[in-house]
Amino acid sequence: MSHAAPPTHYTSMGLDSRKMGFWAFIGSECLLFGSLISTYLVYQGRSVSGPTPAQILNIPVTSISTFDLLMSSLWMVLALAAVQRGDMKWAKVWLLGVAIGGTIFLGFQFYEFSSFVREGLTMQANLFGATFFILTGTHGAHVTVGVLWMLTLWVRALQGKLGPQHAMTVEIAGLYWHFVDVIWIVIFTLVYLLHK
Amino acid sequence: MQPTHAADAPHPVEHPHPTAGVYIRVAVILTILTVIEVGVFYVPTFHPVLAPVLLSLSAIKFAIVVMFYMHLKMDSKFFTLLFGGPLLLAAVVMLGLLFLFGVLTLGR
Repeated sequence: MSHAAPPTHYTSMGLDSRKMGFWAFIGSECLLFGSLISTYLVYQGRSVSGPTPAQILNIPVTSISTFDLLMSSLWMVLALAAVQRGDMKWAKVWLLGVAIGGTIFLGFQFYEFSSFVREGLTMQANLFGATFFILTGTHGAHVTVGVLWMLTLWVRALQGKLGPQHAMTVEIAGLYWHFVDVIWIVIFTLVYLLHK
Repeated sequence: MQPTHAADAPHPVEHPHPTAGVYIRVAVILTILTVIEVGVFYVPTFHPVLAPVLLSLSAIKFAIVVMFYMHLKMDSKFFTLLFGGPLLLAAVVMLGLLFLFGVLTLGR
């Protein structure tokens, strides 16, 4: 049995107030990541000791994790489409897929961070270490929140508490997940592919 | 007597979302662009133009995800304003800091 949807409040423009509030939140997140990326770029190439990005960044491994995150975005929109048409069987599959995709990304990040620390790159090692771990760590924390959010939706779907009437709830979770994805698109280019 | 606010209540504005086929085509395009990005990184011929090429590809991927997966292409323009405004502000602040700290310079 599907539970009733929460009451929907529309703005004077006829927009869902939850969605509007969430877009405003995403706007504020742009400023947060903008400041972290700026800090990374300002200090790029100014470390007085190693390891440097060229010595330590593993592009092939990060390319795979980038592909994984891109695919999880596809699974997210497929989950939303399934919820909207009331196909809860596939909605559960795709929601779990997103959570697993996010967990795999975090696994890659854990592998990357631990190998960097073994090679001498810590937050205290140099400016690159400090700015790199803060930026990618903040992104990783966002992915972690997203994975927990997806698992929550998946459990609600398993319990029969998620149905087509909750499509907006899934769409808002999707907005968060895609935002995490687009931020990674920027980080992958600026930090990994355009390193000095 | 009917509540007077009922007639004044705003009508929800619904926008149709893309189909699963569109979502899959978008994913294929994103994958191809990512492969090109990584390929360009490893081809020495592209190194003189690496930054503009990679930044352009990244911007295209960013725009595709925001337009199709986050539905800004179909949704209310007000959502575009809510997202685009702070995004533009973040970009301007970023450029300002990069010029201020000498990472970017005009001319030479």
